[in-house]
Amino acid sequence: MADTPRSFQEIILRLQAYWADHGCAIMQPYDMEVGAGTFHPATTLRSLGNVPWAAAYVQPSRRPTDGRYGENPNRLQHYYQYQVLIKPSPPDLQELYLGSLRAIGVDMDLHDIRFVEDDWESPTLGAWGLGWEVWCDGMEVSQFTYFQQVGGHDCHPVSGELTYGLERLAMYILGVDHVMDMPYNDPDAPIPLTYGDVFLQNEQEYSRFNFDIADTDILLKHFEDAEKECAAILSHDHIDPKTGHKIVMAQPAYDQAIKASHLFNLLDARGVISVTERQAYIGRVRTLSKLCADAFVQTAAGGAI
Amino acid sequence: MPDLLIELFSEEIPARMQAKAAADLKKMMTDGLVDAGLTYAGAGAFSTPRRLALSVEGLTAESPDTREERKGPKVGAPDQAIEGFCRGAGVSRDSLEARDTGKGKVYFAIIERPGRKASDIIAEVLESTIRNFPWPKSMRWGSGTLKWVRPLHSIICILSDEAGAQVVPFTVEGITSGDTTKGHRFMGPDAFSVTSFEDYEAKLKRAKVILSADERADLIWSEASNQAFAAGLELVEDKGLLAEVAGLVEWPVVLMGTIADDFLTLPPEVLTASMKEHQKFFSVRDKSGQVVRFVTVANRETSDQGATILAGNQKVLFARLSDAKFFWENDLRIAKAGGQEWLDALGNVTFHNKLGTVAELVDRMAALSREIAPLVGADPDEADKAARFAKADLSSEMVYEFPDLQGLMGRYYAKEAGMSDAVAAAAQDHYSPLGPSDDVPSAPVSVAVALAEKIDKLTGFWAIDEKPTGSKDPFALRRAALGVIRLVLENGLTLKLSNVNIDDHLLSFFHDRLKVYLKDEGVSHDVIDASLAMPGNDDLLLLVNRAKALAAFLQTDDGENLIQGFKRANNILSQAEDKDGVEYSYGADIKFAETDAEKALFAALDAADAKIAPAMAAEDFAAAMSAMADLRSPIDAFFETVQINADSEVLRRNRLNLLHRIRTICLSVADLRKLEG
Repeated sequence: MADTPRSFQEIILRLQAYWADHGCAIMQPYDMEVGAGTFHPATTLRSLGNVPWAAAYVQPSRRPTDGRYGENPNRLQHYYQYQVLIKPSPPDLQELYLGSLRAIGVDMDLHDIRFVEDDWESPTLGAWGLGWEVWCDGMEVSQFTYFQQVGGHDCHPVSGELTYGLERLAMYILGVDHVMDMPYNDPDAPIPLTYGDVFLQNEQEYSRFNFDIADTDILLKHFEDAEKECAAILSHDHIDPKTGHKIVMAQPAYDQAIKASHLFNLLDARGVISVTERQAYIGRVRTLSKLCADAFVQTAAGGAI
Repeated sequence: MPDLLIELFSEEIPARMQAKAAADLKKMMTDGLVDAGLTYAGAGAFSTPRRLALSVEGLTAESPDTREERKGPKVGAPDQAIEGFCRGAGVSRDSLEARDTGKGKVYFAIIERPGRKASDIIAEVLESTIRNFPWPKSMRWGSGTLKWVRPLHSIICILSDEAGAQVVPFTVEGITSGDTTKGHRFMGPDAFSVTSFEDYEAKLKRAKVILSADERADLIWSEASNQAFAAGLELVEDKGLLAEVAGLVEWPVVLMGTIADDFLTLPPEVLTASMKEHQKFFSVRDKSGQVVRFVTVANRETSDQGATILAGNQKVLFARLSDAKFFWENDLRIAKAGGQEWLDALGNVTFHNKLGTVAELVDRMAALSREIAPLVGADPDEADKAARFAKADLSSEMVYEFPDLQGLMGRYYAKEAGMSDAVAAAAQDHYSPLGPSDDVPSAPVSVAVALAEKIDKLTGFWAIDEKPTGSKDPFALRRAALGVIRLVLENGLTLKLSNVNIDDHLLSFFHDRLKVYLKDEGVSHDVIDASLAMPGNDDLLLLVNRAKALAAFLQTDDGENLIQGFKRANNILSQAEDKDGVEYSYGADIKFAETDAEKALFAALDAADAKIAPAMAAEDFAAAMSAMADLRSPIDAFFETVQINADSEVLRRNRLNLLHRIRTICLSVADLRKLEG
């Protein structure tokens, strides 16, 4: 029987240790605002092409429309995802995943773990896959996906992706009803901190900013700038005139796609995008994602020789 | 004779796909085996979340030898033709036999195929079945190229008889067939081998897997009913949910939990939707119908008798229902204030980019409902009010969360907003009927708004040229037209479609839908055509009454014969008119009538005229047809005894004019020329 962790950070540390033990490169969060761990180049770009890959990391994720001023027990505009990507997907990925649950204190003999159909699709990434949401006693604790297509490219080989919603999972394991009450570090530490001590003020500030303050004209302009910059970066010749090497700038361009995606989310939270326009914006971000995917598969990491 | 056992063991198969997959496995395998010359006594297919299984009993051990004779080219035919024939038949040229067929010598090929062992055939058919399996969605995994619904891990394929079991060897994408499988993911994870279907099913059960989905469903249902009954409660039946849940577990354990009192003020539909959609819980209600508990089905036994699992599920439900209650309370605040905030919000929701916002749709619906109201016996002000509130709930938080509750929430909120029962009912019922078997609203205000909603949709999408084509009907316009038809007919409404902005083109779309509808009611297409050709065909009730009366008339002996008489009269008259280049519509004069039969026909036509005209004016088609039936014997007698083409031109013309009267009278009821046979 696995012993129960005592804090939010202990759950993260145990996941890091578990996946490190199982051969993943433990990466750090991507240094940009993203909506989900999938946006990290370690997932989106690295799932393309045939170069083997195994990575795990925490990714702070932002969903401006989910802001509730820190009042909702489990809705946050900023939260953490734990993300694992292994290519090709190993045959025992389900068992590996269940092992990670054991590692963070889920006793399989007492709980009911279920794999319930849930197909994943990201319209802004031009990506889809099949898999499940994983239930623990009726609660969704993870997404489990076999990537079939990313950025419009078929995945060969297929990557297996695991995404844990860390706050929700931790609340369940720690038996906490409101996220803000969750112990962030050890409750017996000299200075015990709750999740609320760390993040409540952030939630309030960003909720107000996201819903009422963010300047939509500026956001729109930034969106268009990012869109332009992305295409401009990729329009350069693959051969760098200075070094004479082939340097495709897939990742700098992808940064701009990430920016556009987040700006779109902010515009959406500000309520200035109509239902019909929404589809058009999503299509524009998808176009950028595809351009970046097209560029990445021409790089060494993308499998181009 | 050996029995065959197949198991395809994979990661979790979506519940909704399992039953069809088991059936497909059975069909593809048995079809393939039979096509290859094997026969079998019986077959059964099974599914669990992680496996598809097939048992085929009494399979023949090998396919029979076959001998086929194939006739080829004539002896002396060009070499090319002969070589080609040999290639096609798979025989060598020197094995051909030349035979005299009476029309010269012809080559025959004797194709002998030795029988094949069942195991060879099975391996071939199973591999092809796996590679061509019709999953609704399938995927690749790892570095492979095989597609399956989720990663496929192992295959059992054994033939067993009295002598024992033997693996049918084959490999597909690195998976080699064998005789082993695994039990329950947590309660029976060790691999074990099996020797027959009985052995397989029994060992699975020992490893905590119930193979049969029906058995799992029965177990869930009876256990859940018993637990509810023991608590003095009743399980709410939901067959779809039962089938789904049976596909989510290999070892069902039924647990009943309570719903906190805080949530019992929520509408029962909200409780049920919340529990079913997100959690796959069954609802349990008390004698008054209030949902007070839930049933969840776990996939395992635990040392604490499910206490941890139930507590977890209860906690998740608590969070879900807290959300629902939060939505409900926010919504009630807005509803009690009249719901204006929601109506305003509809101005920001696009209905269709060429048809404006939902608020604009609501304005159009209100105007049209007001117009339709007097025709359906509704108060125009009530209809207007109902139409204006009908879409309000689309802005509510509850409907945002549970789209399936649209309409129903509208009814609750209309009541909270102080609207009348009729307006509240219309908020719920104006979407109806959705399908061909859906109930049709009958309350006048609901009918007015339901008609307005559908007619606006049809005229709108017609105007922007978004009509259904072939199998494509993305805006469900066929369903909308059928809805209008059913609303009109089942409520007995007289409503001229041309008065509610429906042009000829859209009217003919209605007529097409009506034909489909009436065909289902047993009215044949020519009868419908005969009625459609008459004036007033934009009045669906009139049209259908006419068609049904005509159909009934044609069932009678008089009717059938009268039609023959009419056709004869019409043919003779039409030929004469073509030939003479005139229309014989001057009116026949009885003074030129020579025979009794001719005079009797004059009298009968006068009598029919006197009855048919008022019957038609009263739209009493049955009476008109019955009056027409009286013409049958006079017309028959007339044709038997009277020569139309008399020598005297005067008599001939008078008789043709008499035929014209028959035609006119008959055609005043329906266009009988359209009838077949």
